[in-house]
Amino acid sequence: MTTLLSEATGSESALRRFLSGLPGVDQVGAEGRAATLATRSIKTTAKAYALDLAISMVDLTTLEGADTPGKVRALAAKALRPDPTDPSCPAAAAVCVYPDLAATARAVVGDRLHVASVAAAFPSGRSSLEVKLREVADATAAGADEIDMVIDRGAFLTGRVQQVFDEIVAVKQACGPAHLKVILETGELATYDNVRRASWLAMLAGADFIKTSTGKVQPAATLPVTMVMLEAVRDFRAATGRQVGVKPAGGFRSAKDAVRHLVVINEVAGPDWLDPDWFRIGASSLLNDLLLQRQKMATGAYSGPDYVSLD
Amino acid sequence: MSGSERVEVRKTYKLYVGGAFPRSESGRSYVVSDSRGRFLANAAQASRKDGRDAVVAARKAQPGWAGRTPYNRGQVLYRAAEVMEDRREQFVEQLRAAEGVGQRKADTFVDAVIDRWVWYAGWADKVAQVLGGANPVAGPYFNLSVPEPTGVVAVVAPAGPLLGLVSVVAPAIATGNTVVVIASQPHPLPAVTLGEVLATSDLPGGVVNILTGSAAEIAPWLASHRDVDALDLTGVDVDGDAGELARDLEAAAAETLTRVRRPEPGADWLATPGLDRLSWTLETKTVWHPIGI
Amino acid sequence: MTGKTFEYAPAPESRAVVDLASSYGLFIGGEFTAGAGSATFKTINPATEEVLAEVTEAGEADVDRAVAAARRAYERVWGPMPGRERAKYLFRIARIVQERSRELAVAESLDNGKPIRESRDGDLPLVAAWFFYYAGWADKLEHAGLGTEPRALGVAGQVIPWNFPLMMLAWKIAPALATGNTVVLKPAETTPLTALLFAEICQQADLPAGVVNIVTGAGPTGQALVTHAGVDKVAFTGSTAVGRGIARSLAGTDKRLTLELGGKAANVVFDDAPLDQAVEGIVNGIFFNQGHVCCAGSRLLVQESVADEVLERLKARMTTLRVGDPLDKNTDVGAINSAAQLARIRTLSDTGDAEGAERWSAPCTLPDHGFWFAPTIFTGVTQAHRIAREEIFGPVLSVLTFRTPAEAVAKANNTPYGLSAGVWTEKGSRILWMAEQLRAGVVWANTFNKFDPASPFGGYKESGYGREGGRHGLAGYLR
Repeated sequence: MTTLLSEATGSESALRRFLSGLPGVDQVGAEGRAATLATRSIKTTAKAYALDLAISMVDLTTLEGADTPGKVRALAAKALRPDPTDPSCPAAAAVCVYPDLAATARAVVGDRLHVASVAAAFPSGRSSLEVKLREVADATAAGADEIDMVIDRGAFLTGRVQQVFDEIVAVKQACGPAHLKVILETGELATYDNVRRASWLAMLAGADFIKTSTGKVQPAATLPVTMVMLEAVRDFRAATGRQVGVKPAGGFRSAKDAVRHLVVINEVAGPDWLDPDWFRIGASSLLNDLLLQRQKMATGAYSGPDYVSLD
Repeated sequence: MSGSERVEVRKTYKLYVGGAFPRSESGRSYVVSDSRGRFLANAAQASRKDGRDAVVAARKAQPGWAGRTPYNRGQVLYRAAEVMEDRREQFVEQLRAAEGVGQRKADTFVDAVIDRWVWYAGWADKVAQVLGGANPVAGPYFNLSVPEPTGVVAVVAPAGPLLGLVSVVAPAIATGNTVVVIASQPHPLPAVTLGEVLATSDLPGGVVNILTGSAAEIAPWLASHRDVDALDLTGVDVDGDAGELARDLEAAAAETLTRVRRPEPGADWLATPGLDRLSWTLETKTVWHPIGI
Repeated sequence: MTGKTFEYAPAPESRAVVDLASSYGLFIGGEFTAGAGSATFKTINPATEEVLAEVTEAGEADVDRAVAAARRAYERVWGPMPGRERAKYLFRIARIVQERSRELAVAESLDNGKPIRESRDGDLPLVAAWFFYYAGWADKLEHAGLGTEPRALGVAGQVIPWNFPLMMLAWKIAPALATGNTVVLKPAETTPLTALLFAEICQQADLPAGVVNIVTGAGPTGQALVTHAGVDKVAFTGSTAVGRGIARSLAGTDKRLTLELGGKAANVVFDDAPLDQAVEGIVNGIFFNQGHVCCAGSRLLVQESVADEVLERLKARMTTLRVGDPLDKNTDVGAINSAAQLARIRTLSDTGDAEGAERWSAPCTLPDHGFWFAPTIFTGVTQAHRIAREEIFGPVLSVLTFRTPAEAVAKANNTPYGLSAGVWTEKGSRILWMAEQLRAGVVWANTFNKFDPASPFGGYKESGYGREGGRHGLAGYLR
């Protein structure tokens, strides 16, 4: 398989052949499987475990044109201490911001959390490679140790897979020691077959993580999409021995969504991915719902929005 | 009883468009009287713009409604029967007031209306089995015909205030069409009450849109509307000069080859319906696929 | 926060929603009545072996009484009633089933051993849907393509199995009532409870007395029912051996007969299949309902070029199956329905070992009490093995391989059964070719074990005759 893989990346036609030779994804079957997993009932101790795990996986995100250093500082503080009233509450995994605010985030979190920066012409990916690489360099120089880049969906959808591949390779190189998350923008890829192919393409090109969405396109992360990506990282590890992480982002509102994703990790990719090093959740408002549920577990009473901090 | 008698709270009769109950955008209303000419209520007099809005609402609702499973559509229609049974007395009263019929006749009509919903509820997941099927073509091909809703159906309801109305609306929506219906001009109140039933029967907003007012005023705009797929003229008057209206509407519909169902004066609405009111708003789609290894 | 085991805490569905009586009589003529004799039997929870209730064993006199009640109801009430009125009773029943579905789901899982997820999300929605669908036919029979004046047969004697107790009841009673027949139904002796709860539903719906009669008992009760002179129509779902016996005992009578019997379905996976979904389909095909499914995909035919990969994925998937307490909402595989069935599964599995096939079972801890069998596959199976020929009716999959479509068809059809088959390939024309070649009453392509009241179901060859479901399901109850 590994020799097959090196052949796969030998030329554009070989790459395209390899990707289209991946087993298809039957939409109805995949969505049915995800829906069945979503009926898992996670209660009591399992729920407590899942809520804490989910909190520790959150890439607390703000990606707005209106972002300011003040907003980012507040967000970073929240990521460090999601529930200031409860020291047993875990910290989030990372703060995720635009490149120009990476330094601000880093100043607050120090080396206690990761700082993720989107880069490479986020969210459209429509810029020259030179500009994209320059942005990556900016972000890492400002202290980002994780880079969230987005692929060129136009190139992917028209079959220019080599271009997408080369761009990821180049960005990965520009990242240096920083981890690279490759955003597929699954909402624009339209089919699960494409999600699987794009996942493999990104992993072959060196992605440390594959990520669903920018959060700027609907639909963003859905349970079946995350499931198909988890199947891809599972199969990729079986083929190459290299483990790649998964990050669904956008669309998460409720703790229930998060717990369902943990169930899918557990039963599809396996418990090796039940770790912030291998699974992240890109979200903002989700964190407060996780905290409300966590408070409910602790006190036995339903909590309310005035009992969690707003950033 | 002590003191003065209680004054009843009367209902405002409005249109039913897109799941809401707006007044006519024109601000007009007309007097509705009972069989003896006494004032009953003011009904909204819909304009061509209300007709336009209703078509937009119907178009918006159509893909979602057609996309429901037939089983689900059947359940929603059955729910309409349940809710209507619950408000049986109100409909009986309205029929008696509107048409001056006796209790017994009104009961018969309301019973028939409720049962008609049940009848069409059952058709939702059967019509494809009766009107579609495998075609034994001479070659290695799978060939299957399935009926699909034509889309948005504009209806001029018959003068009978309730049974005729349900008899033309229910079959169209059972198969996944959405409807804009002009209710009986002299007897619009039961139609508005029907809208209230539908609004509380899990029927998505916009699937049925009920306009009250003048068919002669609104129907031409619906007939020539390019986003209307079928035109049901069942309730259009054909006596004397009025016959021209039906012809003009059909001619207007011809411009975009809108499917037309002609007026049906003297229809017996109490009779058990056949399949024709289901089939005429359906398109047949035939799928070919090779068979081989 | 790097703990790497995600143990699901128990999530048991509450038993409190079901209020079972300690003993049940027979439902005859609209009322629960005592049997003529004193014989009773106990129905137990197969997951714990706890006794759930004591049930009356109907003898010949009871069956006679039930048939007479059905006859009276047929002649006086149900037969003459217009279809549109019959329809409304069936709609009522559908609605009450929906209203009481949680209670019925729990009762089903208690009595049968199936996971609550399946009884809640599978059986019960289908039960309601079946009544809803056939309710709609009651006043439309002349449109069913079965003649212009279709008429009821009279009294139907119906005997159903234990694998989908309430669902099989719905498959039997809904079309019978819609077409104007009345029924005497005998549920399986290990799973009578939901049929008795259904009798209560008939009462709540004010269904006229005698239209539905439920007699409980074992084989002799069933035999008394199907051979009763007052029965015009027999409908049976169960084993081929019993079905054959019924067909024999009805020979020379005027009784109409439909049979839905055993199966040994092939689930055919081609190398271009959507593999992850195919693996799900294999799992669903054989481990759904503990493999107690007549149409189970109990023979996996996998193309040799992907056999190793499919098996590897299948085993990995099977390790995530959760076997245990049927009332736990996270259970995937529940209890075997009875000690007798467990013994049969064990015996047949042992012949697999003896005949040289290789056994692999999913690692799982089985409870101490009750009847359990771990999800199991046998590899290296050929058409000559007993486990490839005989219906095991348990969570045991026989894996065979093939090289070409023609070979797949030959192997798939090489069985006296012909109930169902599965085909997995992304190539549409091959799906249709396979469907054309397969001698089976239901062919699932890129899916498996799908049921719908609008879709006919039933077998070729020794899997029985007649169809249940859809327009075709009316034919067995009309003349």
